[in-house]
Amino acid sequence: MNPHRRSPLVIVSTVLVYFFLYVPVVVLVLFAFNSSKTNVNFEGFITQVGPTEIISGNVLQSPCGAFHWFCELAKNAEVRNATRNTLTIALISTFTSTIIGTLAAIALQRYNFKLKTFSEVSIYIPIVIPEIVMGIGILVLFSQLFTLLNGALNLSGDSQFTLGLGTVIVSHIAFSIPFVALVVRARLHGFDKSIEEASMDLGANELVTFWRVTLPSIMPGVLSGALLAFTLSLDDFVITFFTTGPGASTLPIYVYGLLRRIVTPQVNALSAVWILIILVAVFFTQRLQNRQT
Amino acid sequence: MSEFSVELRDIVKKFPTPEGGEVFAINNVSMQIKNGEFFSMLGPSGCGKTTSLRTIAGFEWPTSGEIYIEGEPMGHRPPYLRPVNTVFQSYALFPHMSVAQNIAFGLEMEKIPKNEIKRRVAEVLEMVKLTGMERRSPAQLSGGQRQRVALARSLVKRPKVLLLDEPLGALDLKLRKEMQLELKALQQEVGITFVYVTHDQEEALTMSDRIAIMQGGNVLQVGTPVEIYERPNCRFVADFIGETNFLEGEVRVVEENRVTVHIPVLKTDIIGTKAEPLSIGEQVVVSLRPEKTRIIENKVNMENCFQGTVLNTAYIGSDTRVFVDLGGVSLRIWEQNKISTLDPEAYYERNEQVWVVVMPENALVLHAG
Amino acid sequence: MLRKLREDKSFQGTTLISPTLLFMVGLLVIPLILTLVISFGSRAADGTVIYGFSFHNYVRLFGISTECTGGKTICFDPTYARILSRSLSLAFNTTVLAILMAYPLAYFIARAPSKKRNTFLFLILVPMWTNFVIRVYAWMMLLRTHGVINGVLGWLAGLFGIDFTPFEMLYTQGAVLVGMVYEFLPFMILPLYTSLEKIDLSLYEASADLGASPIRTFLRMTLPLSMPGVVSGTILVFVPVMGTFIVSDLLGGRQIVLIGNLIQNQFLIARDPTFGSAASIILMIMTLIVTYFYTRKFGLSEEIVGI
Repeated sequence: MNPHRRSPLVIVSTVLVYFFLYVPVVVLVLFAFNSSKTNVNFEGFITQVGPTEIISGNVLQSPCGAFHWFCELAKNAEVRNATRNTLTIALISTFTSTIIGTLAAIALQRYNFKLKTFSEVSIYIPIVIPEIVMGIGILVLFSQLFTLLNGALNLSGDSQFTLGLGTVIVSHIAFSIPFVALVVRARLHGFDKSIEEASMDLGANELVTFWRVTLPSIMPGVLSGALLAFTLSLDDFVITFFTTGPGASTLPIYVYGLLRRIVTPQVNALSAVWILIILVAVFFTQRLQNRQT
Repeated sequence: MSEFSVELRDIVKKFPTPEGGEVFAINNVSMQIKNGEFFSMLGPSGCGKTTSLRTIAGFEWPTSGEIYIEGEPMGHRPPYLRPVNTVFQSYALFPHMSVAQNIAFGLEMEKIPKNEIKRRVAEVLEMVKLTGMERRSPAQLSGGQRQRVALARSLVKRPKVLLLDEPLGALDLKLRKEMQLELKALQQEVGITFVYVTHDQEEALTMSDRIAIMQGGNVLQVGTPVEIYERPNCRFVADFIGETNFLEGEVRVVEENRVTVHIPVLKTDIIGTKAEPLSIGEQVVVSLRPEKTRIIENKVNMENCFQGTVLNTAYIGSDTRVFVDLGGVSLRIWEQNKISTLDPEAYYERNEQVWVVVMPENALVLHAG
Repeated sequence: MLRKLREDKSFQGTTLISPTLLFMVGLLVIPLILTLVISFGSRAADGTVIYGFSFHNYVRLFGISTECTGGKTICFDPTYARILSRSLSLAFNTTVLAILMAYPLAYFIARAPSKKRNTFLFLILVPMWTNFVIRVYAWMMLLRTHGVINGVLGWLAGLFGIDFTPFEMLYTQGAVLVGMVYEFLPFMILPLYTSLEKIDLSLYEASADLGASPIRTFLRMTLPLSMPGVVSGTILVFVPVMGTFIVSDLLGGRQIVLIGNLIQNQFLIARDPTFGSAASIILMIMTLIVTYFYTRKFGLSEEIVGI
């Protein structure tokens, strides 16, 4: 069918790029089983199962055997806390931004109103400026706002307004909305309005029409948007970095903190677990999609 | 209780244009549709027929004027509060619902109990001959089947008035002709008022009790198919419905039933009938239907007998279309092949000298322009 | 009010967009305006902001400093200008490298049999789905002086009996570049793929039929038709690279300072929010200018949505 089969240059480059993409990941997972605590060189797998024995920086024996670092991970309270925070933030911000973003997509696709251009521009901006600019902006806003509020309301100590889980969630919602709106809007492009008219013609008012006809029709787009928002939130570092406070650490922030201090294979174990969970989630999402089509 | 099922009074509808101006989709339209009638709105694209239908349904609100359904003014009532239902051109079936769910939807809105819904859905599916298709999704249906589901979905609600927006437009010719007869039969069986929009004049003539011809946002004429065809009230209607020949001329004599019109290109007069009042000296056109104009071989002593030469013929099987040059103007004439065309005498040859004759009552004189 | 909602279409639209506007104005527009305002202020001794109107932060960013040695009142201090230009050149280099690496791959997948395409794409996305920070850490492990790459090279050298001193790869410009390319390569591959995939296979046949060699076909047909993808990919790579600080922090150490690091530093360590804000504004303006002119020249497309 092609006049010229794919040239060897293309094939070699392709293989090399895939190699480039995967080597770091493979190394990462491999080192999760490193017996060396300092994780500088790969000193071999932990083979013996039994009470923990560490000699000159090498774990020779562990109750979890080769999975020693995974067990350490499970015992780590900070990791548990960070995971809980990450999931809470992701779920709340996804839920909220999906609803708000979907409404925005409908508004922009089907209506004309005075603030339309302004809305479109302000939704588009977070996508074309570096995250750090938005992160700094929000930090500046909250720090000035909180100073003002704490001073005016004479708050101090624990009752003060401060950066924390709340500010992170609110920021995540803000940067997710544009992406949800974009995805849903793309889906709305081919939407046939006449089914809404048909619904109203048959006796359903605007709300019932939206709930029973419009929404089910755009649901694939809405779910795509929600998935995107969830991924963005889960993975976010920059904006979270500038809007978080003590006790509100997320997994990426926690890992970053670790990397600047002591690094044990625990970090690799965390990475490996993360990768596994993602793979499982993607596997199920694909199964679900295949069943829909 | 009004005598009319649907009434449009002085409806005007303006739409804003992208450039910032306004365009009149409907420019003062009034119509009175009788109970149980099959009423069609017919006209070329952009004539305002679909907009008129949508104002009855409630998808558009008139800029001025009022819609009455069963005698009640509709005002700004939304579609779900009006006792009419619509069959859409694109069918607008809910893609995420099955056939049965689509049809049941309207009944669910009326809060009818579930077993009653089931019964009525089955009943209407039988009426449109789709029994057994309950579980199918719209994507699995053919065009004709979807059309019938759309019909069923509206009919199951037993509306007083059914609005149909070019429902057969997407079907192929054969299916369309079948559906035309089915729809007409259905309407007579169920007895509700049908308001039908189409641009296909043959369809309108076949199915309607009365037709409203529209053009440029105005209603030109309302009448039965026979009235519209035989007595169009203006040039546009005469041209739009069926085929016709136009001869341009000037009124010479006006009598009670007859008009004498001088045709400059023929250098002679023609005697015709008038539909509207005419005055002497007025510029007019005379409409001659091809099937009502006859060709004869020899001159006869009748009014409206003109000499001509055969230009060309087109054999259609049931008819032969003959194009005759009268010197200055040519006429299309359709001769029905009542005798076998195997007989060479049945043919007109090219360049054959013939005579064309038409009865005065078949020469309709209309205002020019 | 309910009646107005039903009848006035414009009001419906406004109602639907209002929660979005609330968030975007509150958490984007106002913060940006505030950043701008603060950038004109000056730093108080305790690190808070004294509001005012002065360009001194911007002036300092572009090289004119009032803290001079040698008794001069005004001198040229290119420190910050160097940071700006380093960030620009890094973003440019990353983009170019990304295009060079992504193009063959995207081309390969676009012309693969359609059943296999999704698998190939999936394989690209899997490393992507691990966390950003984790991926940088992987490169730290690889590039360290006693890291994996040096380890493998050393072992190979040992096989051939060659003397081997480990390369100092971490904490260099090159390390940062590699890290950046690794992070953002998929953002270049996907839009490129989307563009290339749209090229009807029969166009290749037509081109060959008309006598064009494979190279000619590529230059005159494939490349121009793939431009929307190149543009989208460039924006998706260039903008984040300009603003990154983690990659330069972890892979570049103290040596490599980009705008992102400068901003982070000013806010969290040096505690001069006014200077940091000015840097942030400059960063935003630079990216907006580049994006604007780039899309003006090459055209924008909806491929950005195909993330």
